[in-house]
Amino acid sequence: MRENLHRFFRAARGAGVHVSPAESIDAMRAVAQVGFADRDILRDALLLTLAKSQDEKLALGDCFDLFFSQPEPRPEQPEANDNDTPPEGSHPPSPDATNEAGGGQPTEGLGALAQMLLSQDRNAIAAAIASAAGAASLSDIRYSTQRGIFSSRILDAMGLQRLRDDLDELTATNPSLAERLRAALEGLREAVRDTVSQGLALYAREEAENLRNDILRNAPLARIEPRQVEEMRALIRKIARRLRERYSKPRKRQRRGHLDVRRTLRRNAAWGGVPFLTAWKRKHRDRPKIVALCDVSGSVARVSDFFLLLIHSLHEVVDDVHSFAFSSHLIEVSDILESNSPEVAMAEIMSKVGFGSSDYGSSLDDFEHEFMSTLTPQTTVIVLGDARSNNLDPRADILRRISERSKRLVWLNPEGRMVWGFGDSEMPRYATFCSVVRQCGTAQQLERAVSDIVASYQ
Amino acid sequence: MADQKASTSIEAVESGLAAQGYIASRQIATAVYLSQQIEKPILVEGPAGVGKTELAKAIAAWRGKKMIRLQCYEGLDEAKALYEWKYAKQLLYTQILKDKLGEVLGGAQTLHAALDQLHDFGDVFFSKEFVEPRPLLQALEQPGGCVLLIDEIDKSDAEFESLLLEILSDFQVTIPELGTVSAITPPTVILTSNSERDLGDALKRRCLHLHIGFPEQRLEERIVESRVPGISQTLRRQMVGFIHEIRTLDLKKLPSVSETIDWARVLVLLQAGELDTEIVKDTLNVLLKYEADIEAAAPHVTTFIAKAARSNVFG
Repeated sequence: MRENLHRFFRAARGAGVHVSPAESIDAMRAVAQVGFADRDILRDALLLTLAKSQDEKLALGDCFDLFFSQPEPRPEQPEANDNDTPPEGSHPPSPDATNEAGGGQPTEGLGALAQMLLSQDRNAIAAAIASAAGAASLSDIRYSTQRGIFSSRILDAMGLQRLRDDLDELTATNPSLAERLRAALEGLREAVRDTVSQGLALYAREEAENLRNDILRNAPLARIEPRQVEEMRALIRKIARRLRERYSKPRKRQRRGHLDVRRTLRRNAAWGGVPFLTAWKRKHRDRPKIVALCDVSGSVARVSDFFLLLIHSLHEVVDDVHSFAFSSHLIEVSDILESNSPEVAMAEIMSKVGFGSSDYGSSLDDFEHEFMSTLTPQTTVIVLGDARSNNLDPRADILRRISERSKRLVWLNPEGRMVWGFGDSEMPRYATFCSVVRQCGTAQQLERAVSDIVASYQ
Repeated sequence: MADQKASTSIEAVESGLAAQGYIASRQIATAVYLSQQIEKPILVEGPAGVGKTELAKAIAAWRGKKMIRLQCYEGLDEAKALYEWKYAKQLLYTQILKDKLGEVLGGAQTLHAALDQLHDFGDVFFSKEFVEPRPLLQALEQPGGCVLLIDEIDKSDAEFESLLLEILSDFQVTIPELGTVSAITPPTVILTSNSERDLGDALKRRCLHLHIGFPEQRLEERIVESRVPGISQTLRRQMVGFIHEIRTLDLKKLPSVSETIDWARVLVLLQAGELDTEIVKDTLNVLLKYEADIEAAAPHVTTFIAKAARSNVFG
């Protein structure tokens, strides 16, 4: 049964539940306490020890139901689970019992598998499939393309070779029995196929998802296929959540560090310098102040979607964020992002300023006239855009003034470095005034960039 | 066998808690049983007012143990949660013992000898005498064990979580000057959280994770029955049905079990025989805590009462 639990842990990991060795030990201890008799209690116990959030509980509950829906012939043969040996040859069922079940058929001399199939003992067959699946380490299955090989491995482990020999022999001596055996073999193949499919559903999810996410994280945002957009959004949301978890923890304003001798002495002057009250040095931390300018013009429309999603999450991490969106002119979008869900906010922003042809010059001009006062010496300015200004005046002078007034100016460009400065790209002119210019074309680069910005305030 | 024993023990937990007026679902009872068996704290999450804190109180009352409560808030640190040196007392004692110090050190010939003598003497001021135990240390020092409730852990700082880790996994704390203090009897630890922020994995890993949501209708009726004995069965069914309808709305704060109980008390006080629109509208402010919520719910009152009454007849 311990083997089964281990397989369940793997399946749980596949379902997205984080199961560390320590947690699996706890689960084992809990299961040892409650036993296997009552499935509801077992379910509760596993949910309590393994799942660490409501989402995980749901996923694990589903996984539990799927996992234990396998036919388990436990009550009939309590011994079979303890010695989990594959039944070919090493574990032959006693011939007497098989003869009884087979109704006096001439099954002597046949292999164990053939006898089992002919006796139509469902429980024994299910148990044999389960243990052969264990011998073929079905829980290692990762990709759907491996289905065939695992099926044949399981069949081999069950003694398919012997069965074939038996079939050949029977075709000559006893054609009707051979026919029955052939039909039974067909049924067996199907059962094995189902077992493998279930194994794939249980164990392969984790790997497949990791692989897909890995590819997605490094895929250029601008060239994402429509069917991947939803997945990408989910991925960005995941990144945003991670950023939030990492940086939004409440920060202590006063940190106990070293004794502040001067203040302590001053405070205790009344007691002749005997330090009754202590004063501690404080650590000062800048509160993050971020101004984000996001290009939402046609040329970067694909990417700006994700940019906005990330800015939306920035609003949750950092108290003091002002965000602006522009294509041919610039508007403030902080309120829209703060008061709406990401989808609604993005649609609203896009309908207001989106998809125009970009004019960096006039947008920067708008910013200088209306919002320059939002910049303080503690502010980090983030510009998200491709710096393609349709050959209009880039007004790099305004960017210089912005850079002078702020702490840092970070430019995130979705295009690769190779094309900066070609065509109507003004990136090299802007780059002069930026503290950092980064390429930011994939989800991973986006995460790193934003993480660095927020981390610099920690 | 062992399996049999487990399910009867879980039932025993259920009835034990019920005797204290806490109607626990099967899952809660399993969690309490397991936490006792494998000596792990329980981390209880769920919306406000579903009885997370009550659970700890009920366990304490059932087992006849003392309950020690640590209310968490932002800025809570080890001086307030674990232990603190009695600085003033230490200073006072040094002042009083000044003359004595002179005597002790008087015999020394050289500065070195004096320093050595002072070292022998110095540890006196950092002994158990001068430690002020705070809730966590108190809980470890209870000879008969206790129920330690760490309430609203999500309100504390992330640093405080790390401080708890040693207590949660080994039931001990390390005080640098004194050494390690282990629990005489491991306390039953209950942590509660409203999910205001996500707790660290390290903390979660050390706990059994129990999520208490809004109870099912039957269970909630039983809870009302045990908490407000004076209420008639018809009214109880109707009001719980009504509250379950209210919970389907999009409200800022959904009414939870504590509000159900309050409302039941109010209805009993007003001597209501059954729900009608008039009395519900008058007492809606017991159930809903925001003006906007009351406005949102008001138009539905009549339909919900009708629905609750119907399900009462057929259910």
